[in-house]
Amino acid sequence: MADALSVRGVDCFYGETQVLYSLDLSLRQGEVHCLLGRNGAGKTTALKCIMGLVPARAGSIRLGDVELTRLPPHEVPRAGVAYVPQGRRLFAEMTVAENIEIGLMARHMGSDVREAVLDLFPVLRERLRQRSGTLSGGEQQQLAMARALCLEPRVLLLDEPTEGLMPSMIAKIRQSVATLRDRGVSTILVEQRVDAVLKVADRVSFIENGRVRETVEVDRLREDPDIVKRYVGVT
Amino acid sequence: MAFGPHLILATLEGLVTSAVLALMALGLSLVFGVMRVVNVAHGEFYMLGAVLAWAIASAFGGHPSIGFLAALVISPLIVGGVALVADRLVLKRLDYNPEATIVATIGLLYILQQVALTFYGPEARPVQAPFTYRVSLPWFGYSGYKLAVIGASILLLLATWFVLSRTRIGMIMRATQYDSETAQAFGIPVGRVYTGVFAVGAMLAAVAAVLIVPISQAHYLMGRDPLLLSFIVVIIGGLGSLRGTVVAALLIGVSDGIISVFFSPTLAKIIATFVVAMVLVFRPQGLFGTAAR
Ligand SMILES: Nc1ncnc2c1ncn2[C@@H]1O[C@H](COP(=O)(O)OP(=O)(O)OP(=O)(O)O)[C@@H](O)[C@H]1O
Ligand SMILES: [Mg+2]
Repeated sequence: MADALSVRGVDCFYGETQVLYSLDLSLRQGEVHCLLGRNGAGKTTALKCIMGLVPARAGSIRLGDVELTRLPPHEVPRAGVAYVPQGRRLFAEMTVAENIEIGLMARHMGSDVREAVLDLFPVLRERLRQRSGTLSGGEQQQLAMARALCLEPRVLLLDEPTEGLMPSMIAKIRQSVATLRDRGVSTILVEQRVDAVLKVADRVSFIENGRVRETVEVDRLREDPDIVKRYVGVT
Repeated sequence: MAFGPHLILATLEGLVTSAVLALMALGLSLVFGVMRVVNVAHGEFYMLGAVLAWAIASAFGGHPSIGFLAALVISPLIVGGVALVADRLVLKRLDYNPEATIVATIGLLYILQQVALTFYGPEARPVQAPFTYRVSLPWFGYSGYKLAVIGASILLLLATWFVLSRTRIGMIMRATQYDSETAQAFGIPVGRVYTGVFAVGAMLAAVAAVLIVPISQAHYLMGRDPLLLSFIVVIIGGLGSLRGTVVAALLIGVSDGIISVFFSPTLAKIIATFVVAMVLVFRPQGLFGTAAR
């Protein structure tokens, strides 16, 4: 089967500073693909580049037949890529319901999608009128995921969804990633914690200084933890 | 006139000032809130609205109300169009950079002023009010038109509030205001939102101007004082806060009316500027603004 998303030779800059160097990444249909790398390696930038929020100066990013680098940024989500940013980036002054509404608007989804998403994150249903900035960290992360899932995406980009959460909440988030995989969503998951990665990923790519150094099946990591040490340092 | 009626008269005059000021400041506040652009040319959109109102009203014959109503519709549309072109030609190319757009809108201010001077001339010209009905209060008669200006402003402010808080377009504008990058990641065409907001901001100034020209005349330099007052209102009220803008406009307008009548207009300006300084020192985010995140 063709890849859900394929990134080939992408260069990316902030001003004159190059951050991604000929980045290659292939996301298979229905897989959870983890990006691991040290702080500042370029993981967030890679996701922003796929979303078109930072322009790719060279290379290609294909979603099926669609060349995403040719689209204006606001067309990328409409093509079916949903984004859960690092630090959640909710519209904090808006209510939970309004944040969800914005997710639905992107691809003109109706109340059926809204209900399905709320079924996945039932806590949000009780808090629809609450200002999203006043939710707890775990609730905010669930809302950030819910908002993205309102697009019914083919590809989901998750940037450190478990950052700063307590273990029970981490388990909850991990479980919803697994649920989505079962429903056929292809996911790129940026993570810091290797143990979390081992439980949920199919493949792992190691990013170092803006380049993908190596992509391995997750089983290989269990056999050979040294790979992790080489790119991330601690385990 | 006794003190009581005198105070009522001053308050009414202040309310008329507030009504016009609130509309104008709201435009400035929207543009800054959503786009982070300090539009120094905002006063010139106001001036352009007034000058066009004169041109349109004098082009229409018949009853003054026909010319006025035509001006009320057409003048803001033209001013909105000018703002749209300015956005596409200038602001967009500067990538809405906060510093660069200040300089660019200063340039726009002079261009619009000179265009008005060239084609409209240095004279001050009046536009006839659509009706001359006087409301008789127990102590004095008062211009029905001025009361209508207050009413029109209230209606427009309510409409803006409704659009911002209860409609999809308003939600899109708020999302862009809070976090434009994330808004884009959810399919919001931020560039088009900016263009639209800039045009609407200019149209609010133009509407304020059309409302004011039957009271004070159209002149090519008339944009300066209202721009200053709008900045004062926006700073006191808190940027991007509709409620703050209205409250601050009331505060400035009414106190200006009362102090001008009983003491002097200069004292009114001194006090307003002093209040701004105090707000900046003790509550930089404004009375109703939220602190920067
Ligand atoms: N807006 C920006 N302007 C300039 N440089 C930036 C910007 N954002 C990130 N960078 C730089 O780009 C590099 C990659 O940053 P990025 O955020 O992609 O790293 P990351 O792998 O996501 O790190 P972390 O694990 O800390 O989230 C860093 O050196 C960072 O300083
Ligand atoms: Mg990051």
